[in-house]
Amino acid sequence: MTIRDAIPIILFLCVLTLAAVLLGGFMTMVFTGKRTFLTRIAGPTEKFLYRLFGVDKEDEMSWKTYTLSLVIFNAMGIVVLFVLQLTQGVLPFNPQRFGAVRWDTALNTAISFVTNTNWQAYGGEQTMSYFTQMVGITVQNFLSAAVGLAAVVALIRGFIRKSVKTIGNFWVDLTRAVLYVLLPLAIIWALVLASQGVVQTLSPATHVQTLEGREQIIAVGPVASQVAIKQLGTNGGGFFNANSAHPFESPTPLTDFMEVFALLLIPAALPFMLGGMLKKRRQGWAFFAAMMVLFLLGLTVTLWAEAQGSPILEKMGILHGANMEGKEARFGVVHSILFAQSTTATACGAVNSMHDSLMPLSGLVLLFNMAIGEVIFGGVGVGLVGMIIYAILTMFLAGLMIGRTPEFIGKKLEPYEMIMSVIAILSSAIVMLVLASLAIATRAGLAGLNNAGPHGLSEILYAYASTANNNGSAFAGLNANTPFYNLTTACAMLVGRFTTIIPALAIAGSLAKKKVVPISAGIFPTTNMLFVVMLVSVVIIVGALTFFPALTLGPLLEHLFVQVGKTF
Amino acid sequence: MRHATQALFVFVVFSLLCGLVFPLCITAVSQLLFSWRANGSLLSSQKQIVGSELIGQMFKGPRYFHGRPSATDPAYNASGSSGSNFGPSNAKFLQEIKDRIEAVRLANGVPFDTPIPADLVLASASGLDPHISIESALLQVKRIAKERGLSESEVEGLVRRCIEHRFAGIWGQPRVNVLKLNLALDAGKKN
Repeated sequence: MTIRDAIPIILFLCVLTLAAVLLGGFMTMVFTGKRTFLTRIAGPTEKFLYRLFGVDKEDEMSWKTYTLSLVIFNAMGIVVLFVLQLTQGVLPFNPQRFGAVRWDTALNTAISFVTNTNWQAYGGEQTMSYFTQMVGITVQNFLSAAVGLAAVVALIRGFIRKSVKTIGNFWVDLTRAVLYVLLPLAIIWALVLASQGVVQTLSPATHVQTLEGREQIIAVGPVASQVAIKQLGTNGGGFFNANSAHPFESPTPLTDFMEVFALLLIPAALPFMLGGMLKKRRQGWAFFAAMMVLFLLGLTVTLWAEAQGSPILEKMGILHGANMEGKEARFGVVHSILFAQSTTATACGAVNSMHDSLMPLSGLVLLFNMAIGEVIFGGVGVGLVGMIIYAILTMFLAGLMIGRTPEFIGKKLEPYEMIMSVIAILSSAIVMLVLASLAIATRAGLAGLNNAGPHGLSEILYAYASTANNNGSAFAGLNANTPFYNLTTACAMLVGRFTTIIPALAIAGSLAKKKVVPISAGIFPTTNMLFVVMLVSVVIIVGALTFFPALTLGPLLEHLFVQVGKTF
Repeated sequence: MRHATQALFVFVVFSLLCGLVFPLCITAVSQLLFSWRANGSLLSSQKQIVGSELIGQMFKGPRYFHGRPSATDPAYNASGSSGSNFGPSNAKFLQEIKDRIEAVRLANGVPFDTPIPADLVLASASGLDPHISIESALLQVKRIAKERGLSESEVEGLVRRCIEHRFAGIWGQPRVNVLKLNLALDAGKKN
């Protein structure tokens, strides 16, 4: 690490913050139904769609109806995506003539994309037809992100409203998320990416004769449109197996910049939307600050760990022991790490390097980012949901310390909210650790390993941390395309997604019913430095207490072995 | 029941909008405005397509600059991208690297105590990396010059002309596109 490496990252984060403030303001207007500069175009479409859907936008829902609509909608998405994969052989846009996807892979993939995880047990260019990639996968990239946005908007309404039963209309929130936020951004990103060399065509693969006379078959497809939304929606599922490391998904440093920017943009803007909707801007900044502190802590460790290089490689005669295994020359170490940190801090899961080949301490931080529940910016919508739930826990702890009933943003927090928060925080951790233990204890689990020793444990831990927290990136050496992994990770993804969203909506419903507590001198302030420090501490302490033993036996142990040159 | 029918309507409409209208419009506009890029940035030599500017290809012979090791099966399989996914403490992986380092030293006459640039012996993430670092290109200059009967400064000049820079001077790494460099070598031969 040199100043030369640090300056672009600092600039990047400044530009990101600025864009996040602007987008947060814009989304505030969108989700409170105000006129924006897009209303002229999107407004009539929105009205037309409501008429088509039979939705009255004034018709508000209770939290139970809101949840029911969301669950039905997602169940439908899973069934359709599953069937699409099984029938792609007879559907159009299939120039490579791919047959039906195996049932367990198809089920895993369907759940994966609907839950915004985008864990991929398959290699895209060898499995999925263009039709499946567009009408199946791209659609869920939009819709799962829109569902996440709807969830966080509903939760924020719970804090705003007083003494009412409703938290908004799911179909309205969903429609606005797509029409005003996701689609316009995706159009811009897709066109810029395509202009830089990300392919966008419906033609079959190109056959070429290389300079040395070998045949090379170059897979292409409608890639730019899919990559744009998989970054913006923090989905992360690539068109190609190598994801954004593939030159047709990210051919230049410019596209790399755009893609890492895109995956952070909406999650970073959401705290500002929260501030805008609550009319408490400082609250938005407090959440943003907590996320940024956690992000920078992780980034510092990963950059340091990777810049050290590998002492084993250095001894073998590699310049500086630089760990370029699984990294692309155009990105180098620093920009591979920035991407890796960003993609695990948000629940994106796209990769521009192979995380399996990173240095052990980098892998440790990535694991931690995911395991704490994807709250450092996190996934579109659900990231802020997770952070609000951590804030509720923080206020509970603060309440215990000062001996009064905890409050947060003007609402009393009572046993019901606490139970829901604990369910949300602990479910994915439990599922991750239990399923990882199962994999380690069974032959079917161990059969997937690509590396032995502590790194093997890291591969398994990573798989379940990623799926139980809906990230989707992988230590991809693990062969997860087996019935055992397809079914267990599918289970982890379902639990991870719905034990965040449903408790959050339940909290929203409960809070909306309550009166607003008048501001008094006795209230613990939640917009100052003290709150930020407490929130960050709670996240780190909960994570460390839950995962420290597992992380010690995996990446930490491997780090010590690499330092003394022990291999497996 | 009302929720289910509404869900169905919403799902169908957004599937059409996001799954067909959006990608097909992007395809149409891309094909219209930047069709060469949208179709894979294909390069030709003597009216024959020899590959994509953005997709690395296998170079084994001594007369061409070599790219990075590729972990795809077979190497540089452009319809099956993949990295090796070997971890830093994997013994089999480290043995492979040892062999590669030796092969690079032998082929290019690099003395035993000179370190080798990492990217030349470590596999890329995609298996299709079209670039190598400037150091890795310069390391091969001596061999290429000898094989082609050119002076080392001529070949080095060619490498320097093929350098691609960081975006805006700050983002990414400076690098050399192996296929373009080799095409330039071949073009130079005829003059």
